[in-house]
Amino acid sequence: MAEMRVDLEKCNGCGECISSCSFSALELKDGKVRILAACNFCGACVDVCPEEALVLEKEEKRVDVSSYRGVWVFAEQRQREIMPVTYELLGEGRKLAEDLEEELSLVLLGWKIEEKARELARYSVDKLYLVQDPLLEHYCTDLYAQALVDLVRAECPEIILLGATSLGRDLAPRVAARLKTGLTADCTGLAIEPEERNLLQTRPALGGNILATIISPRHRPQMATVRPKVMKRAEPDGKNQMRVIKIKPDLASQGPMVKILDLIREEKNVADLQEAEIIVSGGRGLGKPENFSLIRRLADLLGGAVGASRAVVDAEWIPSYHQVGQTGKTVQPKLYVACGISGAIQHQAGMRGSEIIVAINKDPGAPIFDIATYGIVADLHRFLPVLIDKLEKREKAAGLKNSIWEK
Amino acid sequence: MNSQPERPTMDIVVCIKQVPDTEELPHIRVNRETNTLVRESAKGIINPFDENAIEEALRLRDAKGGRVTVISMGPPQAEEALRKALAMGADQAVLISDSSLAGSDTLATSYTLAMGIKKIGSFSLLILGKQAIDGDTAQVGPGLAEWLRIPQITYARKIEINGNKIRAERALEDAFEKVESTLPCLVTVTKEINIPRYPSLKGLLSAKKKEVLVWSADDLTLDRKRIGLEGSPTWVIKIFTPEAPPKGEVLAGEMPEVADRLIEKLREREVF
Repeated sequence: MAEMRVDLEKCNGCGECISSCSFSALELKDGKVRILAACNFCGACVDVCPEEALVLEKEEKRVDVSSYRGVWVFAEQRQREIMPVTYELLGEGRKLAEDLEEELSLVLLGWKIEEKARELARYSVDKLYLVQDPLLEHYCTDLYAQALVDLVRAECPEIILLGATSLGRDLAPRVAARLKTGLTADCTGLAIEPEERNLLQTRPALGGNILATIISPRHRPQMATVRPKVMKRAEPDGKNQMRVIKIKPDLASQGPMVKILDLIREEKNVADLQEAEIIVSGGRGLGKPENFSLIRRLADLLGGAVGASRAVVDAEWIPSYHQVGQTGKTVQPKLYVACGISGAIQHQAGMRGSEIIVAINKDPGAPIFDIATYGIVADLHRFLPVLIDKLEKREKAAGLKNSIWEK
Repeated sequence: MNSQPERPTMDIVVCIKQVPDTEELPHIRVNRETNTLVRESAKGIINPFDENAIEEALRLRDAKGGRVTVISMGPPQAEEALRKALAMGADQAVLISDSSLAGSDTLATSYTLAMGIKKIGSFSLLILGKQAIDGDTAQVGPGLAEWLRIPQITYARKIEINGNKIRAERALEDAFEKVESTLPCLVTVTKEINIPRYPSLKGLLSAKKKEVLVWSADDLTLDRKRIGLEGSPTWVIKIFTPEAPPKGEVLAGEMPEVADRLIEKLREREVF
């Protein structure tokens, strides 16, 4: 076990360490520093102590991290289509591989997917592990995990990146638990720490209100799932230098533990909210369910979709697929109009990535104003009809103009 | 005396986590000088997706018979969350709490929970919420299934049991998938699966009489190298706040004028 101690002889109670601690795990008592249970053994305090009074003792038990080399990207395919996040991981993976001066490899699992291998060869990739078996035609957790774990054990990569999609987030934790290695979920920033070659993995927590940087210093491979649409997509380099290594996996012959019976495309309205360029959302400030007609009218005029806060979904004013927030949808439209929504952490988590945020709320202290691009302190029951009227007139005028030009 | 059940009953284990209530949290503040979290006194709640997990377990038990055991790993105050689960109707509650578990990441947490579940005994189904709203990792469910070597079905929005088979609908990004597995199996559920009940008055009263079992690390058969910080490959080395968004503009004045200015701003930003 790791242990954190204070050398009381050396500690002069200066308090430097207290402000360095991210975990509020230090306090001063009787002029000496004391370590609390919240200590995460990160060692940040050790570095700042001018008296060298803080001692971190870690049991030296490491895997030979230097025997793991290279960066892998898991190429996600569904129905033989490569998912867009794969190209984003290739862009990021190439940078990490260059910093480490190692190769970048792709791992593609499936059946009859040679054609996709040719498509991937257009990018800057050193190697492709093409793992094919009829049992891998469709994704299933246990067989994909088995194939990937076997390959990792044979080839020992130091980093594996997967998309933080429903598939990646199902597969990665199963693989990491079998390898008993570190996995960081839903990363939005990756970098290499040059001295130790550790992967610095930055991810949002508490709905994006804080960010944490995480390392797996004693374990390899270092695994991370990466949030889609954050990293820059790789461009084809046209060099066609990718070597293909064909692998026939050794899979349990009885087939997957969980069988897929059917795949059904989602209802349109669900996709609509996440794809929408403009969203108008209503919250408790609407007062009663009928007032959602104001939200719908404004959304229609702006050509947008209707969203809602958790409070009004819980009150059953509107179906749950409209819900934006931590327990609802995460959206990133060009314009988000929040009407009568106070903007607690739970809601902000789902919409703070919007390009323009307009907040309409009668409470000037509502937290939504902290993140609003344009804040309007007003009673929405009075303001929205005025805004709607203006937009209707504008539309009419535009309609008139168009019809003249078209004739 | 109880008669023997005619068909196999469902013993279900639900894993829950106590999290801060983000609905009641207007801000999370980080002291910009010291980079530490300013801990507000947000009350602890059952992770919302875990309430769906409890609800689903109760419905299955009520339809098929059996027992629902709720288990959590956390500090002593997590007992509150387990009490609420008992008040909703769970039969038994277990809290794994020990200072040696501090610093556990998702791998160490899933290992510890797996050992706790082994101590509870046999089960047909293990249900969790799809993720916790504080960490948002969604890693404990699949990790737990791996330690227990059972099949996993993540993101389930509907489940049905027939004999020793489970069928589920998994919610993917733009589609859903119907899958089938044999029991025992681990399922993580989304919010769409049901609407969690509130504890009834009778439930609250009977929960008071029930005991929350508290197990320390010594009560479990554990490999000490797999728990707490030592058993956690990942280490948090820094916590910070994202760059604050540029200060917004307040549009004030008479309503028609404000509406005009807003339309003008949106036009400038090429919304229309």
